[in-house]
Amino acid sequence: MKPIETKQEYSDYVDKKSPNSPILKNCFNAFWVGGLICTIGQLIMDFCKYKGMDETGASTVVSITLIAISAILTGLNIFNKIGKFAGAGSLIPITGFANSIVSPAIEYKSEGYVMGVGGKMFTVAGPVLVFGISASVIIGIIAVLFAH
Amino acid sequence: MDFIQSIDWMGILKCFVVGGIICIIGQILIDKTKLTPARILVIFVTTGAVLGGLGVYKYLIDFAGAGATVPLLGFGANLAKGAIQEVQTSGLFGAFVGGVKASAGGIAAAVFFGYLASLIAKPKIKKQ
Repeated sequence: MKPIETKQEYSDYVDKKSPNSPILKNCFNAFWVGGLICTIGQLIMDFCKYKGMDETGASTVVSITLIAISAILTGLNIFNKIGKFAGAGSLIPITGFANSIVSPAIEYKSEGYVMGVGGKMFTVAGPVLVFGISASVIIGIIAVLFAH
Repeated sequence: MDFIQSIDWMGILKCFVVGGIICIIGQILIDKTKLTPARILVIFVTTGAVLGGLGVYKYLIDFAGAGATVPLLGFGANLAKGAIQEVQTSGLFGAFVGGVKASAGGIAAAVFFGYLASLIAKPKIKKQ
């Protein structure tokens, strides 16, 4: 076997060796699991509105409830089984964001509660918050410029 | 129960389909690119914030409800919406306050439940 020298060669080698993921099946699973999670969210939202909450309040309750459910399922080690099956179906909804915080929080418990749990919990969620919040500040500043 | 009768089943269907399609986009990114899940989440939040900032995303929310707000695109759009609304009431100061304020419930819940879960749950032993 000839040695791998360039990045391109390595990339081709990895493509050849890694199993072909059945993309259609993955997309189908992502579709119905993701759709189902959003539907659960919609039912919670409808229920909140039925109880007289406004739009903003209702969607905050939806986020908090879905995050709590994912935290419980992550703690019971069920979420990662759903994640393996559904791929993006459970990653892209807010459940994936919750799982990305809860999972390392549990995993790094042995490194202590401050630097282990407190620090490692943001391994994935940190970048999401950095880019999300920075984008919102930039958009806010642009909105100020447009207002004048 | 009155609530069951009040459910808009057409809205539920739209929510299911739109939420599902957004997840398919994520799945294609996972399967067809070498992006890590962290990068995909960052792309979704940032794209959502841009779409929200341009005022486009609210049409999808009007159409699909939770189908548009539950995926991380909606989290991004909500950050942008919060920033713009706060700017309208309190000027430049609002650009720094509005985004996080609008998403505070979700962020605080994720941090709190994450900490709580770490107190209760045991780390799983990895079987290779």
